[in-house]
Amino acid sequence: MGTVLTVDNINVYYGAIHAIKGISFEVNKGEIVTLIGANGAGKSTTLHTVSGLLRSKTGDIKFLGKSIAKTPAHKIVAKGISHVPEGRRVFQEMTVRENLEMGAFITKADKVKPNVEYVYEQFPRLKERKSQIAGTLSGGEQQMLAMGRALMSNPQLLMLDEPSMGLAPILVDQIFEIIRNLNKSGTTILLVEQNANMALSIADRAYVIETGRITLSGSGEELAKSEKVRKAYLGG
Amino acid sequence: MVRKKKIKAPATPKRLLKGAVKGSEYKREAFIAYAILILGYGFLQLGAGLGIIGHNLQGQFVPICVYVSLAISLNLVVGISGELSLGHAGFMAVGAFSGVVMARILETYISVSSVQLLLSMIFGALVAALAGLLIGIPILGLRGDYLAIVTLAFGEIVRNIMNVLYFGIDETGLRFAFNHTIPLADNSQRIITGAIGATGIRQKASFTAGIFLALFTLFIVLNIKNSKHGRAIMAIRDNRIAGESIGLDVKKFKLTAFVVSAGLAGMAGALFAQNYSTLAPIKFSFNTSVLILVFVVLGGIGNIWGGIIAAALLTILPEALRQFADYRMLTYAIVLILVMIATYNPTIKSTLQMRIHKVTSRIKKRRKETGKEVA
Repeated sequence: MGTVLTVDNINVYYGAIHAIKGISFEVNKGEIVTLIGANGAGKSTTLHTVSGLLRSKTGDIKFLGKSIAKTPAHKIVAKGISHVPEGRRVFQEMTVRENLEMGAFITKADKVKPNVEYVYEQFPRLKERKSQIAGTLSGGEQQMLAMGRALMSNPQLLMLDEPSMGLAPILVDQIFEIIRNLNKSGTTILLVEQNANMALSIADRAYVIETGRITLSGSGEELAKSEKVRKAYLGG
Repeated sequence: MVRKKKIKAPATPKRLLKGAVKGSEYKREAFIAYAILILGYGFLQLGAGLGIIGHNLQGQFVPICVYVSLAISLNLVVGISGELSLGHAGFMAVGAFSGVVMARILETYISVSSVQLLLSMIFGALVAALAGLLIGIPILGLRGDYLAIVTLAFGEIVRNIMNVLYFGIDETGLRFAFNHTIPLADNSQRIITGAIGATGIRQKASFTAGIFLALFTLFIVLNIKNSKHGRAIMAIRDNRIAGESIGLDVKKFKLTAFVVSAGLAGMAGALFAQNYSTLAPIKFSFNTSVLILVFVVLGGIGNIWGGIIAAALLTILPEALRQFADYRMLTYAIVLILVMIATYNPTIKSTLQMRIHKVTSRIKKRRKETGKEVA
């Protein structure tokens, strides 16, 4: 198992605010790795930095052995990292099918059709609604669409930012089931979650982020049992 | 499957273009826009030929075409790219004055005036596009109000530069200066003289040239809108973060829209300039930028054919209101307000829709009845 993503000592600032203070972690091929932590801990900022929307002042980010710390965001997608941003950012005015096609913007034309089929296979619900305007989908369906769209560029690494946000518990279960299925079919996943319980239950490894620092790391099970995590994030 | 049909139905305008499921929305828009331009040209030419349309209004033919083109090109930035630009008159000015200079130079080399006009318009477009590129690169990282402020400032800067720019031509070639002490030989010609503007322009613009400009602008903008590029631009407008996350180069796409729009404005400016014998920089003030924006907003942001109608009507309106003399601008403002109230009024809209529905269903009924009689 090779390392897909290596994040080495990144420091990210929002103006004068030091948001990420020397975070290092890695993601291996075929894993589900999760970053958990409270609001404002720096989880989303870390993902933004990996996908090139923000820049680190120090350190390096390596994807498949090559540094991407200075690569512009649109080229990082072409290299094989797909980022599903927080809050279900679908193109509201477009249909489901068009949203998926937008996701294949950098994909070769002959791959678009099989990719759409693959996404429909993973998310049968999207196939049912392929001609529906995305803005009229339910929250869970929009989340599925955002994930499906990210899969259209054949990512080697899929980064999910709070996929459970604002969803009913039954939908959260469904979404996590899908994440597990995607992982089984070969996609490496980096998951950011506030719902620590769910995230730890499917993760191979996990990191706890507190105010811009990694304070704990270990396998999902280990952390789920850890006294500190239980108290802070799992409600005792 | 049933649901699918229900949602697709309103997207296909039955009366205008039947069939054509894929891209029907685009085809409908293009159809209406081209039809308006060509029919408008036909009607106005006919009216002028039959003597129905007076001289005053005939003098407005070229400005109408120019403003229609400007409204279409500004729609590329405001409607399709979703950025507020208040400097469209600036790009128009850049195109106008560079077009005038180019036309003057060409006069010594080419004898056919339509070729001179065409080449000077292309040159005006290129210079304006270059100006768009130069200011676009640093400012397109800005969003919303900030972009509006910078483009507003750009328009003012262009006008103020033109106010002090002197441009002349003599045996040694082109000369320019930023004050009136431009040293020119005796047999020289002044092309641009500061606040007075460009003088001695030969009027080459015609209504036909104007309609070609409008059609060309429309062709470019509609094609961009319906291309891969256009879909990317609109996706970024709808959701910038989602656009970035699927690998769209936000700056590149926004810049493309901005530069193309600037170039088209420059082309329109070059034609506009060659409709008059003199052209002062004051013509390209902030008011003109706002006027073009009013066309776009009144026609419906992003609605290209709406912008065409708004531009044409609002150019004719001040002329038509001449009889109100002192109250002309007051009447103009009231008309604007009334149009705004009417177009966005749900009550008026629904009553109209009901009326139309009643009429069409009555026609259908009658057709059925007559059909039975025939059978």
